[in-house]
Amino acid sequence: MTNSKATNSKTSTEATTMTTTNLTTREKVELSLARRRAAETRFRLYGMVSVFFGMLCLVVLFTDIASKGTSVFKQTSLTTEITLDSGYLGINKDSSIEDIRFANFEGLIKRHFAKSVKPKGRKAKRELFKLISPGAAWQLQELVLANPTAIDSTVTIELLMDDDVDQWFKHDFGNDVVDNGRLSEQQLAWLMTWIEEGQLDSHFNTLFFTNGDSREPELAGIHGAIKGTLLTLMVTLILSFPIGVAAAIYLEEFAPRNRITEIVEININNLAAVPSIIFGLLGMAIFINIFGVARSTPLLGGLVLTLMTLPTIIISARAAIKAVPPSIREAAYGLGASKNQVVFHHVLPLAMPGMLTGTILGMAQALGETAPLLMIGMVAFVVDVPGFINDPSTVLPVQIFLWSDSPERAFLERTSGAILVLLSFLVVMNTTAVILRRRLERRW
Amino acid sequence: MHSLPDHYGTLMALWTGVPALILLMSWHLLEGPVINHLLVAQLPAEIQAGDSAQIQLAISKVHNLATGSGLAADASLMPAVSHLAALNERTLLLNSGIALSLCLICFAATYRRIKPELRARTEMENIVNMLLLASSGIAVLTTLGILASVVIEAWMFFQKVSPLEFLFGTTWSPQVALRADQSGSSGSFGAVPLFAGTLLISSIAMIIAVPVGLMAAIYLSEYASENVRKYAKPALEVLAGIPTVVYGFFAALTVAPFIRVLGTDLGLEVSSESALAAGLVMGVMIIPFVSSLSDDVINAVPQSLRDGSYGLGATKNETIRQVVIPAALPGIVGAVMLAVSRAIGETMIVAMAAGLAANLTANPLDSVTTVTVQIVTLLVGDQEFDSPKTLAAFALGLVLFISTLVLNFVALKIVQKYREQYD
Amino acid sequence: MQLIENHKTTGIPLSPKAKLSARNVDVFYGDKQAIHDVSLDIGENEVIALIGPSGCGKSTFLRTLNRMNDTIDICNIKGEILLDNENIYDPKVDTVPLRARVGMVFQKPNPFPKSIYDNVAYGPRIHGLAQSRVELDETVEKSLQRAGLWNEVKDRLHAPGTGLSGGQQQRLCIARTIAVDPEVILMDEPCSALDPIATAKIEELIDDLREKYTIAIVTHSMQQAARVSQRTAYFHLGQLIEVNPTDQVFTTPQHELTEAYITGRFG
Repeated sequence: MTNSKATNSKTSTEATTMTTTNLTTREKVELSLARRRAAETRFRLYGMVSVFFGMLCLVVLFTDIASKGTSVFKQTSLTTEITLDSGYLGINKDSSIEDIRFANFEGLIKRHFAKSVKPKGRKAKRELFKLISPGAAWQLQELVLANPTAIDSTVTIELLMDDDVDQWFKHDFGNDVVDNGRLSEQQLAWLMTWIEEGQLDSHFNTLFFTNGDSREPELAGIHGAIKGTLLTLMVTLILSFPIGVAAAIYLEEFAPRNRITEIVEININNLAAVPSIIFGLLGMAIFINIFGVARSTPLLGGLVLTLMTLPTIIISARAAIKAVPPSIREAAYGLGASKNQVVFHHVLPLAMPGMLTGTILGMAQALGETAPLLMIGMVAFVVDVPGFINDPSTVLPVQIFLWSDSPERAFLERTSGAILVLLSFLVVMNTTAVILRRRLERRW
Repeated sequence: MHSLPDHYGTLMALWTGVPALILLMSWHLLEGPVINHLLVAQLPAEIQAGDSAQIQLAISKVHNLATGSGLAADASLMPAVSHLAALNERTLLLNSGIALSLCLICFAATYRRIKPELRARTEMENIVNMLLLASSGIAVLTTLGILASVVIEAWMFFQKVSPLEFLFGTTWSPQVALRADQSGSSGSFGAVPLFAGTLLISSIAMIIAVPVGLMAAIYLSEYASENVRKYAKPALEVLAGIPTVVYGFFAALTVAPFIRVLGTDLGLEVSSESALAAGLVMGVMIIPFVSSLSDDVINAVPQSLRDGSYGLGATKNETIRQVVIPAALPGIVGAVMLAVSRAIGETMIVAMAAGLAANLTANPLDSVTTVTVQIVTLLVGDQEFDSPKTLAAFALGLVLFISTLVLNFVALKIVQKYREQYD
Repeated sequence: MQLIENHKTTGIPLSPKAKLSARNVDVFYGDKQAIHDVSLDIGENEVIALIGPSGCGKSTFLRTLNRMNDTIDICNIKGEILLDNENIYDPKVDTVPLRARVGMVFQKPNPFPKSIYDNVAYGPRIHGLAQSRVELDETVEKSLQRAGLWNEVKDRLHAPGTGLSGGQQQRLCIARTIAVDPEVILMDEPCSALDPIATAKIEELIDDLREKYTIAIVTHSMQQAARVSQRTAYFHLGQLIEVNPTDQVFTTPQHELTEAYITGRFG
């Protein structure tokens, strides 16, 4: 009589059993079961949905970025034969490097295409030249610099195409979107001819990995940013690892248990949760304005990231020291070792794997950090690849931030490509940390 | 025997190297400001009379000229340039000379002390301990540095703009007028819209992250099989390892347009920089943060409590909801507070996906701006150090620092207390 | 020490009016066998004490009686356990009503972090036993009185249960168990964390509860077994060695291992 009511009721248990006065305990329990099983299933489902949602986000994020970014590894170029006319360029085999640099390769390319394609009128000419990247002249120049004997011979070269051509060829052409609004009919006609003749094709995009930043998407690469990142991380590692380990040793092994130590500990824990942008403010006000460290340099970036990652490293290093069993310390003390000898000869080597893992994770955090570096001028447009820690440079995440703001479709692709590179760095670092932890996770 | 031969050697090395190293480091840090100060005297009188921004500009020009990277040669700066070159040469000589002689003096002094009676090991250990202590002091110095930098600049800001206007004003437009005599030249610095925007976006993030993170933690720790847990847990943690700039890109270029299209289809007016997009993505970013903290907290609830509940015939979800969660509540509250602090301090997602318009609104489809976005906007690019625009960023930084510090401090206390309860 | 091959329990493991009967029960933790072929009846309204040296499997056996071992993934059980002639390990049996009928009190007092009232009301609430606030109040009062705690806590029913002393906490846990009106109560060393005075109170309580419930108690203390139980079962390395009336076990044990344990040669 009450079965259906009990099953459907969503009100409190007291109300559910309103009509069950004369039942035995056992019957009452049986009556409640259907409702409770349903609640159990629902609850479990919420849990599964939550986990699934998290994983789904991960998958969507990766596919989205990969689908946008993988095309960056291909670059469209035009294979053509071009004669390096010494008369036009005004240089010969024995010309100095200076002379070669100032030779008019751009004009040579224009002349070459004007001759072979024969555009009618100034407008057509301009449209034709727009298809070729400004990087093409630089390619020729590099070729001559590498091999001055090539002057006056005819060379076959894959000339870089403009980003509009590149995007059209990689994305629209294959998908039968013949007109994407960026290229004129005349330009498309030329491109189709080149495709039919097998001249226009895409090749592996080495420039993306060897060039610095550029205003021209097809010339923009991540070499500068990667170098900047490596230099910055190097500074961070050199500073934060020894300092972090030393601080952890002090706090864990030497610090007297008093109020001051407690404050230092609370301070470190809180510092680990301070928003990273605050460290940017610190870098600006203290390092730049008071100590006069040069802006935009890996040195400054490294200093700021050191302060930011220190708490992480200290906390994990302390955990590693704590994990060393007291028996080892006692054994060493038993042999008459001094406190320092115990710590440096016995505890430290055993805690090292844990400390290294923590440091790698700290470095991974520093690698992905963007906000504080924006504050200290690493957003500058830097074309040159930095040579050392005091050269102006940018880092990979900041490069991503900068490019993501550019309207060109080709930059969108480059942003995603740079993200893929950044993520693969992170994967390598985290895998190293995991492997290190697995291999050295020893229980005493 | 108190010391071995290599203890004496190490002691010598420490005494010879460390003082000189400290000297070189402090020299390096102080060199810049001192040289700049000396250079000011060499600048043309009219620049010296100008304001600090002008002086700064001139100084950096001088530096560029001296390294040869400067272009437009300004004859009036040439005395300063040559002075700088001379100074650089002199300081290089001076500091290497001093450092070297310090090395020698210390070496000699220590060498004379080397006798069998010298407790070299003890002394060496004391020096090492001092170095260790200094290292842990850096963390404290960092906090003091943060405090000093934001407090001083913020105080300068409050000289120009009243703190009341800053905290309670509802108009934010920090654009400084071009001419000094223009009306409203100081911009207007009512930060309420920023606080509201930060809260709006953080709330959206928490609405996503707290239930999903908590339920995921519960599912993985109480329901999932060993195999599911082995793969799902690290997979969720990957979300935490993705750089925020990547989330920002995803929010700005994928989620925001998607929401806009979706909203337009439903007949809603959606801004292309909606708070919803930034909040959603931020929520996803915080999910693993909430779930791993809650996981710790839930695992700290003793098994005996669960047994007590199962022993009475409770189902799993009754046990979790009525025994485990109430027992873990303080820890969960702490975890959520840490997550909130993380949300309000998050910069890149909002900088890329949220707007700059300081709207005072609760509509998640509108564009809002946040404290962190404004700090970035105000400070990236050219800065003059004493304009209220730049200083305002530090005032915002102060608010951000204090609020996250309070949240973290309280949260960590709660979590710590909670842990002790079950230890 | 080694397992006895082809062992058959000495004494009288079976009972004519059995409430719970174990038949040929084996328990495995992964590859390790913790219980070897145990058959034992627990009669209605009797207190049976399970004794034996640490690690002998007495607690494990107790936990199989209301399927508390289900919460441990690697734990496997063979054989049958019958509650009123129904096998509780039948796949159709739900642990929820089973545990409502076979309640359990644990070694360490484990009050929930709730008020005293809510601790006791927890079971009736989840099982939907009380239909009104008044009835719930009555159940709580009755259970606390049964557990001999009412007079001590009636003025602070809404104070947290964790604030009570150890002995009071354990009586609260007993009150919590009887609030569900179970038929059998399993007690896993309920006094091991308590002082002698609190222990005495619990023992008294167990004696009172016998009128209404069937009780199985695991204990480390032979004196306690002698004081509260009618029958005593001696476990050794996962085997049930001997079951006999309590006074007989402690005066004239039949098996040499039992005798060795009683006389303190190991324990």
